[in-house]
Amino acid sequence: MTKITSAQALRQVQEDLKKNFDPSKKLVTICAGTGCRGYGCMKVKEELEAEIKKQNMDVEVRATGCFGFCEKGPLVIVHPEKVFYQQVKVKDVADIIGKTVATGEVVEKLLYRDPNTNQTVLREEDVPFYKKQNRLVFGQNGLIDPTRIEDYLILGGYSALAKTLSDFTPEGVISEVKKAGLRGRGGGGFQAGVKWEGSRKAHGEPKYVIANGDEGDPGAYMDRSLMEGNPHSVLEGMAIGAYAIGASEGYIYVRHEYPLAVLHLTMAIAAAKEAGLLGKNILGTNFSFDIHINKGGGAFVCGESSALFASIEGRAGEPRAKYIHAVERGLWDKPTVLNNVETWANVPLIINKGADWYASIGTEGSKGTKIFSLVGKINNTGLIEVPMGITLREIVYDMGGGIPKGRKFKAVQTGGPSGGCIPESLLDLPVDFDKLYEVGSMMGSGGMIVMDDKSCMVDVARYFLNFLQEESCGKCVPCREGVRRMREILDDICSGKGREGDVELLEHLSIGVADGSLCALGGSAPNPVLSTIKYFREEYDAHIKEHRCPAGVCKALITYSIDAEECTGCTLCSKVCPVDAISGEKKKAHKIDNEKCTRCGACIESCKFDAILVK
Amino acid sequence: MVNMIIDGKNVSAPKDSMLLEVIRGAGISVPTLCAHESVSRSGACRLCVVEIKKGNRTRIVTSCLYGAEEGLIVNTKSDRVLNVRRLVMELLLARCPESEVLQNLAKEMGVEAQTRFVADSDKGKCILCRSCVRVCEEVVGVSAIGLFARGSRKTVGTPFMEQSDACIGCGACVYVCPTNHIVMISTGDKRKIWGRKFKMQDCSKCGKFFAPVDQLKFISKKTGTSMEDLSVCTECR
Repeated sequence: MTKITSAQALRQVQEDLKKNFDPSKKLVTICAGTGCRGYGCMKVKEELEAEIKKQNMDVEVRATGCFGFCEKGPLVIVHPEKVFYQQVKVKDVADIIGKTVATGEVVEKLLYRDPNTNQTVLREEDVPFYKKQNRLVFGQNGLIDPTRIEDYLILGGYSALAKTLSDFTPEGVISEVKKAGLRGRGGGGFQAGVKWEGSRKAHGEPKYVIANGDEGDPGAYMDRSLMEGNPHSVLEGMAIGAYAIGASEGYIYVRHEYPLAVLHLTMAIAAAKEAGLLGKNILGTNFSFDIHINKGGGAFVCGESSALFASIEGRAGEPRAKYIHAVERGLWDKPTVLNNVETWANVPLIINKGADWYASIGTEGSKGTKIFSLVGKINNTGLIEVPMGITLREIVYDMGGGIPKGRKFKAVQTGGPSGGCIPESLLDLPVDFDKLYEVGSMMGSGGMIVMDDKSCMVDVARYFLNFLQEESCGKCVPCREGVRRMREILDDICSGKGREGDVELLEHLSIGVADGSLCALGGSAPNPVLSTIKYFREEYDAHIKEHRCPAGVCKALITYSIDAEECTGCTLCSKVCPVDAISGEKKKAHKIDNEKCTRCGACIESCKFDAILVK
Repeated sequence: MVNMIIDGKNVSAPKDSMLLEVIRGAGISVPTLCAHESVSRSGACRLCVVEIKKGNRTRIVTSCLYGAEEGLIVNTKSDRVLNVRRLVMELLLARCPESEVLQNLAKEMGVEAQTRFVADSDKGKCILCRSCVRVCEEVVGVSAIGLFARGSRKTVGTPFMEQSDACIGCGACVYVCPTNHIVMISTGDKRKIWGRKFKMQDCSKCGKFFAPVDQLKFISKKTGTSMEDLSVCTECR
């Protein structure tokens, strides 16, 4: 692409692209996020292209970013009718091309079927998973080929940057972002505009802007999907932020486990530079800004700002005491604004549509939308973008489609490993930064792990503390040693060696670990323990006092047996049992030898008659 | 100068001083394990925590790293502070049950070992204060030892725990170690530290073995002083 040297020229480029685009022309988009690639979508894409070539058609197949409905991938949409196909396999391609693309005939079996009504749904926006969403930030993902800057430009991409450079002073941008009430999407929820202002006013040159793409929460992948699917929105947001604070250099810190994100960001930066939208004298102005990519090693603690700086600087990713804020002394001790990927992607929207519009979405203290990764024991796994203030119930039941196999909802864990578990009684809680904090959890980066009645809350706390003690950098004593000791006590409780007073000791240790730790990792590490004690105390008591795991998870506290009434003697369980603990004659009820049984659960998974009992 | 209130007393201090020095200067004792005068501070041990109040906000900070500030109200003995210190001591006692230094400090602070913790047997007396790593890098300038792994597996040592060519056997790490974890054995013309044997230099005047040859070579290279001059022990110089 030739260099764009003014705001006027950018408008012209966008106009020309639109002129050459025929909206009535057939277009097939296929989700090519990491999730769908795992399902084999790239093979489907190749087949789509081959079939189109075979049929001698003039139809574009576009591999886009993640659509969000990961449960049902690979996902394909046929435009302009927007027919939404799910779980598409290579063998389905001939039908899609031969029928829908060629004649408009819908392939019924590939449509989404609402399990509640048993009706098929034709368009994406009518699928219950998408219906209540407000995909302001995430919506373009499904339209854009992230490797082509033109796809972003045609949707008005980089207009916000042009507007910023022509209509706004740096202070004007800051006051707009403050007025919009944009809060950091990475965990802390700090007002982005206030951060920017602090950095603008801070002494020291050069100044830096950084995008934190070190998404480390188990089950969270919204930042990955943004970097992979719409990298230019992140770059544009960063450029606007850089102009506001007076930075000429920026970094994107992204973990190396996100190779596709790294690739697409790298391509996007190169394309933006070639187009004069990054680099020297952007859009012909005096503003110059360049972005580097820094690949992290995948340590959870590197999401913490000072550890992230240390990592970029080439040192071990350990936090340092932050008594001087990063806005004054951050990367290389220079004024630095560090915002999460999703936060940056919100910025162009605010500039384009105005702070008042943005502030009209969401709640009193939390404006705009938030992307959540909805995972765990939920029917519709995927990424959802919803206005702040929506209730957990709407998320779990309307979008998530409830709990698989009709099981009972028990809790939703929000905020990543250092978040908390929220019980059923709080399902009507409006989700925003402050409300989640009030109930002992947090927004974090937006992970939501749903648990059913087969989830043991003590085991859940143990799992997260194990994660945190492994991911602790090990620098300060309360986090390194304290979280480990807490996990050891939880190990004991889960293996039937819990003692009277353990719960009180855990609560006591939590206070010291939270107060004494150097950074937020240790500071919030006790949350999973405290929130499960708060809402599920009876499960702790059952483990400690009665040596019983009510959810049937903790192996030392459960026994397997076979319900002789239900068992048909099909012998399947005895075949899958890895330790030969199951015996019995064909067509007669089987028995489990509890001495041999390791409670691995293979028999439960294999039994078609629900005859294995766990007590 | 800035004025602060520490445990109810008015205290003024130079603007660039750290709370730890200011508090100790006011005659109030604060325990520390990782703040050694020879090296930069890391805030790793968390024993020196104090509670500060600014406006309506109180928070726990490490006094070794927090600078003196006008109007700051400092509480060195609040329940929160004492709770953190007690926890740190309990955790360290469980990590290094053999350490006499820790046992004595705990006794002074009135902290007893937490019996619910299973004492470690593989950590020696190392509390990972990182003074040794810092002295090796900042004072000696060879960075022969470092920290590796993370979380509870974090360890101090030479790279891959192999004999290090960078180590000059100076023993500065031994000198700054607060818990006597690092073992250095000097016998006759040999010294052993970090798994490596060093040849000792005998004083050209009194004949006493006084420093590793590698250390003197390092100093000679750095300062330009001849090996001949350096081969005289400090007492005979």
